[in-house]
Amino acid sequence: MQDMTPQDLASDDFQESVLTFHDGTKRTVLATEIETKFPDGCLIVSQTDLDGVIKHVNKSFVTMSGFTEDELIGQPHYILRHPDMPPAAFAGLWETVQKKEKWHGYVKNLRKDGGYYWVYATVIPNVRNGEIVSYTSVRRKPSANKVAECMKLYPTLF
Amino acid sequence: MPYTMTISPDFKPDLISGWYIFNTWLQKKIDEKIHIEMVNDFKELASAIDKGSIDLIYANPCDIAKLVREKSFTPIAKPVGTHDEAVIIIKQDSTISEIESLPGNVKIAMTDVPNVNTIGLIMLEPADITPADVETITCSNYITVAKEVIRGKADIGFLLADAFDEFSSLVKKQVKPLITSKIHVLHHALLASPGFADKQKKLQDALITIQNDATGADILKNLEFQSWEAMDNDEAEFLIDLIDTLSTN
Repeated sequence: MQDMTPQDLASDDFQESVLTFHDGTKRTVLATEIETKFPDGCLIVSQTDLDGVIKHVNKSFVTMSGFTEDELIGQPHYILRHPDMPPAAFAGLWETVQKKEKWHGYVKNLRKDGGYYWVYATVIPNVRNGEIVSYTSVRRKPSANKVAECMKLYPTLF
Repeated sequence: MPYTMTISPDFKPDLISGWYIFNTWLQKKIDEKIHIEMVNDFKELASAIDKGSIDLIYANPCDIAKLVREKSFTPIAKPVGTHDEAVIIIKQDSTISEIESLPGNVKIAMTDVPNVNTIGLIMLEPADITPADVETITCSNYITVAKEVIRGKADIGFLLADAFDEFSSLVKKQVKPLITSKIHVLHHALLASPGFADKQKKLQDALITIQNDATGADILKNLEFQSWEAMDNDEAEFLIDLIDTLSTN
């Protein structure tokens, strides 16, 4: 996965971080303070394989992430990982879905242009004949109050 | 003995003759006797499904999980050019213009149509309104939902977006959409029971080529579809998984 560069961004004012993901991959990400509000009534839908590699995205996913569909398919879902998200949140996600249970959580996602958007995410394992074959994730508009709580809580989880 | 087909009770009432005409065409096309048995509501439908008295069903997405996973129905086809979207309506003269301004103990008029109610409740989440917070008034149809809102008995109402679009101008002068879903992934589907297994292929072939003759094209117009598209188990499972992610518990 490519590192982000200032040319990708919608603003010259950004914070640089190096993220290390669960598979050991490192990525330099550049985050701005520009928020894209979740549009009313929309849902972001995606499906990944067992390794979290994106297999399917809907139009809202493309619009909100700032990537094209071609740029997203085949990439790990952590292409959206924002440096403000504590890794513990995602460890909990994987632990839950691998037990064949549904996971819910509030997530700050990183856009291609360095901006961000908050979502209320649900991830479920797709179980066929007793085996998990993929994961489906649906993101919807979050409650502003819940987002405010997460903005206080998440920095304490690093 | 003829096979029994039913249509999910949330079909638009003015399309009822379209379904009977479709059935006449289908019987001739696949050379099978099929009787349409309409049900009045989702409770009656659930009972018919449980009794095993249905061979073919045009099903609401929320019923597909039970039909496929518990009753071994097979997805045959889905309509092209139509999706299930919901709208939350409010009185025209209300000063509330966004979900976040609704009171926490909101009173909702709703029908028993499961996907509309699921989407409606999801659209209330950003306002921190959960199913436990709301009082509901169950209505027999969408026009009654609008009436409850107009009379002030309910603060808001949940409707299928298509149903709102087709309200008369008189009704639309008295209620307005507060928020409309733009999900684009939920849809009805035609499914067949295991008892219909050996005829599924010819049924699917007939449906996906229906638009190839003038009669078929007219039938589609009467059902307000562009065409039927083949649907397989994977797609049905994806739909079931989506509905699962949308449930509010």
